Amino acid sequence: MIDFKGLLAIVMAAVLVNNYVLSQFLGICPFLGVSKKLDQAAGMSVAVIFVMLLATAVTYPIQYYVLGEDLKYLQTIVFILVIAALVQLVEIVLKKYIPALHASLGVYLPLITTNCAVLGVCISNVDNYMEAPTFGPGFVQAMFNSLGSGLGFLLAMVLFSGVRSRVDKCKCPECFKGMPITLISAAIVSVSFMGFAGVVENLLGG
Amino acid sequence: MKNNKLKILTNGIIKENPILVLILGTCPFLAVTTQASNAIGMGAAVTFVLLCSNVMISLLRKVISDKVRIPCYIVVIASFVTLVQMIVKAYLPALDVALGLYLPLIVVNCIILGRAEMFANKNNPLDSALDAIGMGVGYTLAMLAMASIREIFGAGTWFGLPVPVLKDNNISIMTMAPGGFAIFGILIAIINKASNGKAIKKKDFSCEGCPSAAACNGQNCAEKREAAAK
Repeated sequence: MIDFKGLLAIVMAAVLVNNYVLSQFLGICPFLGVSKKLDQAAGMSVAVIFVMLLATAVTYPIQYYVLGEDLKYLQTIVFILVIAALVQLVEIVLKKYIPALHASLGVYLPLITTNCAVLGVCISNVDNYMEAPTFGPGFVQAMFNSLGSGLGFLLAMVLFSGVRSRVDKCKCPECFKGMPITLISAAIVSVSFMGFAGVVENLLGG
Repeated sequence: MKNNKLKILTNGIIKENPILVLILGTCPFLAVTTQASNAIGMGAAVTFVLLCSNVMISLLRKVISDKVRIPCYIVVIASFVTLVQMIVKAYLPALDVALGLYLPLIVVNCIILGRAEMFANKNNPLDSALDAIGMGVGYTLAMLAMASIREIFGAGTWFGLPVPVLKDNNISIMTMAPGGFAIFGILIAIINKASNGKAIKKKDFSCEGCPSAAACNGQNCAEKREAAAK
């Protein structure tokens, strides 16, 4: 049957231990760029979660049914085009049918096409969870991993936007102003996430 | 004329160093700089893709229609990235394992799309090639500097060779994630100090610093600003 404990472990590991931004360095550009205000950080993160789930739901079957082992070398080129097209499509659909959602998420969508976290999650899902004979279990795990990665991104963005709003008001040496002090505070936030190493294994018994 | 060519070549190495001055392509920069040898490998891969895609896009600049240029650039870049992936897998399997996910992710590296949009689609193939070499060398040197600091102090080795005293007194956090962020911040601060704040003009994130500026032409930021104002 469905292994809920295993799925929970995947989500927890993706959110806390292997946080995409703070321990794997994926999606650093929006992390540093859009984290100035809490509402923007949250909006961007929700858009990322949405696109990550959607992109996995599309690229995983493509890899399984179309590319397989024989055409695996086309993975990069196919995935990036599918994601780019998907983001465009979602934007058009949202604009036409759910204008309210488009007004709040729409501006972030084009930025996500070049976000390495989205392509990264698709590729790592295919690498880690695909088991050749069956489609179902691997696909469910991959979807939960995408959800966890997206939530991890949200957590990092929201936490960091709080840190940043305080840091920006503080005095610091002239040469550290702006980017350098932001990176140093990111380092400290990242240290706090290192404390989660091993937590998931101990909580859920691996 | 000759002087001009030299200027294009050196522009990327010092004045507009993609990492330390433009602050583009930070993800692989932070992730693979735990070992100097990985940094060289990544730098070489990025330089190769940058060179090929810049020349190709420059050759095609009159063929590609303006409306669909971004998808076209992405296809060109992705093809060369696939080529690099195959070469690395075949001849340098150790590097393939070390770079892992970051090798296919060169395709979304903002430096490459950024140079295609900012330089290659406006200039002839020769200039674009020079620009790509300059930017690639600048990127590789920045990677090497960062990786050397992290490897020497963090692991006590350099290119895998042990460094006398530091080998027994390594600061292992430097090779982990927080060390990456902190050292990058300190490097930028040093450059700021050395150039009296002239090198990095944008203290803030504007469209220039945005990785997607190439794709959005400031449109999204303008919309966002309007939304924020409301």
